[in-house]
Formats: sequence, C-alpha cells, structure tokens
Amino acid sequence: MKRRDFIQYAGLGASALMLPSLLMGNNIPTEALLEPGMDVALKKRMADVALNTAKSLGASYADARIGRYLNQYVFTRENKVQNVVNTESFGIGIRVIANGTWGFASTNSVTEEGIKKATNQAVAIAKANSKIQKVPVALAPVASYGEVSWKTPIKKDFKDVPVSDKVALLLSANAAALSNGANYVNSALFMVNEQKYFASTEGSYIDQDVHRIWPTFGVTAIDRTSGKFKSRQALSAPMGMGYEYMDGLASEKLNGPAGLKLYRGSYDIVEDATLAAKQAKEMLSAKSVEAGKYDLVLEPNHLGLTIHESVGHPLELDRVLGYEANYAGTSFATLDKWKSKNFKYGSDIVNLVADKTQVGSLGAVGFDDEGVKTKEWDLVRKGVLTNYQAIRDQVHMIDQKESHGCCYAQSWNDVQFQRMPNVSLEAGKEKYSIEDMIKDVEKGIYIAGRGSYSIDQQRYNFQFGGTVFFEIKNGKIIGMLDDVAYQSNTQEFWNSCTKICDKSDYRLFGSFFDGKGQPSQVSAVSHGSATTRFNNINVINTGRTI
Amino acid sequence: MAIYTEKEAREIMEKALRFSTADTCVINMSGSESGNIRYARNTVSTAGHRSNQTLVVQASFGKKSGTATIDEFDDESLKKVVARAQELAKLSPENPEFMEPLGPQSYDESLTYSETTANITPEFRAEIAKNSIAPAVVKETTAAGFFNDSAGFSAMLNSKGLFAYNKSTNIDFTVTMRSNDGTGSGWVTRDFNDVSKFNATKASKIAIDKAVLSRKAKAIEPGKYTVILEPAASVGLLRNMSGAFNARTADEGRSFMSKEGGGTKLGEKIVDERINVYSDPKNPLVPTRTWNGEGQALKRMDWIKNGVVKNLAYNRYWAKEKGVKPVPFPSNFIMEGGDASLEDLIKGTKKGILVTRLWYIRSVDPQTLLYTGLTRDGTFYIENGKIKYPVKNFRFNESPIIMLNNLEALGQQVRINGNLIPYMKIRDFTFTSLSDAV
Repeated sequence: MKRRDFIQYAGLGASALMLPSLLMGNNIPTEALLEPGMDVALKKRMADVALNTAKSLGASYADARIGRYLNQYVFTRENKVQNVVNTESFGIGIRVIANGTWGFASTNSVTEEGIKKATNQAVAIAKANSKIQKVPVALAPVASYGEVSWKTPIKKDFKDVPVSDKVALLLSANAAALSNGANYVNSALFMVNEQKYFASTEGSYIDQDVHRIWPTFGVTAIDRTSGKFKSRQALSAPMGMGYEYMDGLASEKLNGPAGLKLYRGSYDIVEDATLAAKQAKEMLSAKSVEAGKYDLVLEPNHLGLTIHESVGHPLELDRVLGYEANYAGTSFATLDKWKSKNFKYGSDIVNLVADKTQVGSLGAVGFDDEGVKTKEWDLVRKGVLTNYQAIRDQVHMIDQKESHGCCYAQSWNDVQFQRMPNVSLEAGKEKYSIEDMIKDVEKGIYIAGRGSYSIDQQRYNFQFGGTVFFEIKNGKIIGMLDDVAYQSNTQEFWNSCTKICDKSDYRLFGSFFDGKGQPSQVSAVSHGSATTRFNNINVINTGRTI
Repeated sequence: MAIYTEKEAREIMEKALRFSTADTCVINMSGSESGNIRYARNTVSTAGHRSNQTLVVQASFGKKSGTATIDEFDDESLKKVVARAQELAKLSPENPEFMEPLGPQSYDESLTYSETTANITPEFRAEIAKNSIAPAVVKETTAAGFFNDSAGFSAMLNSKGLFAYNKSTNIDFTVTMRSNDGTGSGWVTRDFNDVSKFNATKASKIAIDKAVLSRKAKAIEPGKYTVILEPAASVGLLRNMSGAFNARTADEGRSFMSKEGGGTKLGEKIVDERINVYSDPKNPLVPTRTWNGEGQALKRMDWIKNGVVKNLAYNRYWAKEKGVKPVPFPSNFIMEGGDASLEDLIKGTKKGILVTRLWYIRSVDPQTLLYTGLTRDGTFYIENGKIKYPVKNFRFNESPIIMLNNLEALGQQVRINGNLIPYMKIRDFTFTSLSDAV
C-alpha cells in the first residue's frame, strides 16, 4: 500500500503526520499482535531452502531474512482519538552473489515453493546484471555464529499494554496542553517490533527481537489579533526501549535552564505538554533575534540532529565512494583526507564514536542485517578523522579486514545496505554542568530540541533551527528568543567546539525515520551527547514580513 | 498478476461486500508491478522487481470504524478481512469526524495508462543504464542514476453503491553526472505516464553538458539576485506553497492563509497578477486519476487566478462544519507559463543566475512560508544575455509568496514530478551564504 493511500484510509487527511513506508503492513486487530510468529526451527528450515536453492543455482554466497514486523500507532488531536492502527508484515528477502554480482528478490509466500521461486529470481537478476558489472563483489570475512539470538532489553512490551491506556495518556497530555494556553495539540505514539531471522551460507542463524518507541506531540498557540501562531514540539526522543519509556520516572529527569525539563531514559509526556503550551504562548511575544555571531550552548536533544547531518551522513563510506551521488549526494570527507591521518574534523576535545550497541539506543542490535556481530568504533578521535562506516562489500576499499556491522534493511522486502549506526559525541572528561557552559558566555544562545534542518549534498554548509531558544547575556539566561537559525560549515563548526558537559548530562537524541537510497528506505538511529558549547557561530534572523 | 481489469476487480470487491454486516462498508483494492535499475560509478549497482496487491476494508458501525487489509483474494481471505475490519470497528472509539460514504458518482475517463510502459522489460532498463553511462564515459564524467517504472490499478466500491476504477503507468528517471576531476556536477529528471516520450540518451546529455560546464565554479558574494529558475528548481517551493491551501488550518488560524483578526485569505491577491495556478486531472501532459480516496470526482479547479486566491481545499467533514461545498485537494499543480524558451529568458537577462535545481528544502517559518535549501548540480552566472561562468552553490532563505511577487517573466511549461511548471525569472531572490559543495 502506498503511503498516500494509507493516509486516506486512515482518515488522517493531507495535513496529518507523514508516515513512511516502514509502518506499512497489513492491518490486524490488537490481540493479533500477541500471536506468536513462526517457530524458530521452522524459520531455520525455510531459510535453508533459500540457501540450498541459491547454492544449487551456482551462487557463491546467499543470505535469507525472514521478517515479521509488528507496529502499533495511536494518533490524537485535542480531545479526539483520530486513529489507532496495528499492522503486520511478514515475508522473506533473499540476497545472493552469482557471477560476482548481487541479486535480490523477496516474497510474502514463505513456503518451500515461494522461497524457491524468489531465490531463482534473485540468482537470475544477479546473472543478468553480471554482464555489465565491472568489478566482482568482494566480501570481508565474518565469523560463523551458529544458532544465536538477541533481544532489546525491554521492561514493558508495548503489545501487552492496553490501547485504552495509551489513548488515555495521550489525551491527558493534550488536556494539559489545552488547559495551559494551547489552542491546538496533536499527539502520537509510534511503537515498532521487528522480529527478524537471518541465515547465511557463512553458517549463522540469528534470531532477533527489536523494539522501538516514539511518543511525540506538537502544540500550537495563536494570537488571533496579530494573526501570529507558534508551535512547540515535544522534547522526547525516540528510543530503543519498551513502553517503560512512558513511565516519567523522576530519576531520569534533569532540570534545564529557564525552567526547562529534560528527559533521559524515561519521559513524562504530560509534564512536557504542560510546559510546551506555556512556551508556545511565550513565543508569541518573544524577542526577535538580532543577526550576528553568538556562542551557542546546544542541548543534546538539539545537538543530536546536527551530529546526524554533519557527522553521521558524511562518514558513510558508500556516500564517500559515490554510490549515493544521485540522491542524497557525496561527501566532503574524502578518502585523501582520511588517509592523511591529520584531517582536523573538530577541535581537540571532539571525539565522535559510532556504535550499534548502546543500551536504549535506536541502533542497538546484536547482529546487523548481514550477520555481523555489532560493536563500537571511533570515527573522530581528538578532532582527527580516523574512520568511516562500512559493511562487508565495501570495507576492503578502505583497506580494512572486518565489516563494522552497520548493514540494515527496513523490511524483508527491501535489500540491505550500509546504514548509519548510532553516532555520538563523547561526554567531556572534566566535570562541567549545563550552568558551567552558560556562565562564561557574554553573548550567546541556548538551544533545546530539534527544528528546521538543511545541509548541502557534500555536507559542508548547514542551517539549523531548534524547538526553543534562550538569550544568554553576561553568563545568564535573560529571556526567550524567536526567529533563530544558525548557519555554518561542518569543519569550522566542529573546530569551534570549546566545552562539553560531563557524562552526567549525556542523553540520546533519535531520528525515527532517516531516509536513504533509491528506492528510499528508512532506518532509526540515535545520537548521544552532553550539552556542548560552540563559540562564535553565525546566527541569522528568519523573521519576514509579507 | 497484480493488475486486475475493471470487471475482475469489481467482482472481487462485490463478493467481499456481500460478507459485510456493518452499517457502512468501503472497499479499496489496488495492485502494481514495478521495476527499477540503479547505477553509480559508471556501472550497475542494484536492480529489483516488486509486485504488490492489496484489498482494504473499512467497516463502520455508526461513527465507529475499523480497517483491515489483505493481499489474498480467495473467498476465505475475503471473509476474514471483512470480519477483522468489523471486529476492529466495534472496539474503536467513536470518531466525531466520521463521514458517511458517498453514493454513486460519475467520473471523467482518465488518461493515465500506457500499454508501452506496462510492457517494460529488465533488458529495457539495462539499455537505459547503458545509454546513460556510455556518453558519460566519453565526456570524462561519472554517472549515477535511477530508473523506475510502474503499472498499476486502483478501485473503490462501497455499500452505498459507489464504484470507481483506474489504471495507470508511470516512469521516473534521474541521473547525476559528475566530472571526473570532482569540480563539476549536472543533473536531470524526467517523468512520464508513457515511456515512449522518454529518451535516456537525450536526457543524460543535458546532465553531462551541465557537469562539464559547471567545472571550477567561481565564488560570488551571496545576496539578492535576479534568478532564472528551471522548473526543477521552483517545483519544491511551489508544491510546499500548495500545502497552505488547506481551508481547515487556515480557518484554525495556523497557516499562511489565515488572516489577522480571523478569517482566511480566500479572495485576496497574494502574488503577482500574472500568476495562474490550477489543477486538472484531464490535462494530457500531466494526467491523474479522476477521483480521490473519498470517492469524490476530481475536476479542473482554479487555486490562484490573476494572483488572487480562488479556492481553498475543504474535506467533506470541514465543508460540513463550515456549511460550504467540499473542494477536493488538488491531484496535480499546473502553473500557466509563457512562450519564452530558457534561451530567450537568458538572452533577456543583463545580470542574473541560472539555477538548475534546489535541494534539501525545509520549512523555516510556516507563518510566512519561509523555506531554506541550496542550489545544486549546475548554477551559472549570466551577464548581458549569456552564461558567463559557473558559480559556487548558494544557500537560500526565501518564501514562494515573496518569490511570486517578484516575478519578472514566465517561460514555457515543463512536466516535472507530475506537475506543469514554467521557467521563471525572479528578481531579488535571497541567497544567504555560500556552499563549497559540488
């Protein structure tokens, strides 16, 4: 089903939340989410049908992914439930190498006959394309893990929580926003469970159960007389967690500057919606920023998106090599810069790390989608570019012997390829609080939450907004600002990084629907950081009069 | 086979409807076959084929609705999907915005299907990649491209007697050509319902020429410039602007179309009087389905006439609330143009910048429809009617409303992403910084 059609069926209308294809699948009743999927022994037998068929047709390598993708999402506005949707998608994707060329086919007919037919198609495509292939595919070696399993360490499975509880929670957040001055509020809960089984001719049979959750809302305040309207989005982060993320534990809350409430591994949606309504109203009369140079103090739920765009994407090896040139683009972080071993990506205190293992993160899995055990590795150490993100068929191009384990497909019917792992800025070694970031700033802006974002196709020039902005003058926050966006160049920006809070302020930001590839696929990824300061950054005023 | 004829689709849907005991029932059915080929570094990287068929049942008891989907159409499956939709409906909360399905409607014949496109083979796709890569190699450029073709049908039947059916085909092609020295980049996009209108060699040549011509670009100061926007450059901003034509958000006071003190800008002049925008599912150059997901008939509709807002879109619920006739959302965007070719527009420009495309467009302020983004894949300085040299890419911060008020001239229309957009010359377009990206 196409997204457009789905939105029509769901009665959401054109202006509702845009739902990427990840959430598509067949609609099922809530209780069907609890039905057990295919038994592991049967999955192994079915996967072996694909692997054996591929080998008998002359493939030198094959992998099979049997996926069951269960999703539930709840949409509300003001005091109304707009929709509750449960979906299920089940099938198998088969990838082969024949004549040194990739081939892929998928089917939702997970029977011996259906799998054989799809494997035949995959091998036929590989053989047909091998006629115009210039260099045969070379895979980095991987261990044979035998039969293993991995599960996101959740405390509450969203599938066990009644829909009525979820609806009640969202409606209470909406009510809190409305009673605190909001004119409109939309809220949503996205919950995802990927049950995926991977098998390959390398001898691995990997069963994984992956969970993700994202509560979010948008609150709008309107001044009818002036015709002005302002929106404030949620300060939640999508997480690789179960429904326990919605518990709003006091131990996971931080007090930010200017009365802000910030959240780590537990989110209080009612509290956030209350503050959001007050802040949206305050924005209607906030001071319009004066363009110029400012020191920026960036909160992790804001900085995460800047890391995503200016570090995560430019260090994807397939982009660097030109495989994504026709869509998202290439990268300024070219191989010669990496080979020089002295390319200053950032200042000396900048350490950027990739991982697929952080507990609670969106990227965390035991094994990637080509059966590689996940790990953590450096991208930038002491400001110097040290590595990229690469998978089995590319890593030899940077003279490395081992895949980084960051291969992913959004579903069984899409081919897996290199996707961004979690990319995070290490917390500072010295003990600094948020207050320490602000107290020695003469002229600055504190920015929290994600906003408008745009970056060029080689990841040099970017412009970012935020959710809320506060003016800093002589070491103190003096009030809210409006119409703020900062423009910078990736290398200049990271080299202007002067101070980073310690790990007590470290939190995760997340992108639930990151797009890449043609046809486009989404993936979910987290970015950790502590509050960080960047000196002397160009800020523009985005206010206009029409 | 995922593409059913009108008769076959109707029979399956009627059978499903007979299993329904709900107050109202709406059945949608669709299917498609699509294929693609992707290439980069002057060689093929991936290729695939997808087949998809779905039947969706929305059953309602009063204002309680449930939706269920299935991809098998035998009797047992049809019974199951209807039963599931009904179970879900009984468990669902009431939707206060529920609207009864429409009764029988009459629709115009659609022009969206081409047999030639439906018959595309893997060999044809490989030929496209070959025809795009071969000339790239000769000109010392590197090709990265994507071609996708699809053929499909959609149909709708409801318990009030409404029936609709449509068959359509489409192809999309994009290619980026980068000079081997890494200093130049060109791009082209093409889309058609009928693939016989598409020529990969000709399209690729445009991207190759731009890659060669854009090598070693000069940096010029950002600021306000007269620009010639190719349709691929303006389409993103214009489509974003069309999103503001939603009556509900305008009435609610949270849209560019909302007015100070309440009310909307319907009937007000918002852009230059030479701007005329309409949608038309029957336009032979950009045909679309002649009905929408609510079963409403789609007809030609004016949105901006002589610079004045002529219509805002009302869905059926909001139209009922406001006591007006529903106005379906547009299925395409057609902006009237003029006779001038791109060459004519360049000839008539003393100083200006030619923009091939705008990239990574994001909303900055919904109040003023301010957007940011960057130029990409061919940006050139024009002086005394001629392209003088390539310039480095710019970041812009601009509103399509300001842009269409600063109109200098309109040129010929071009089909782009299913829309018809003219070449445009605009004065005082706001570039706010330089980008080193090629």
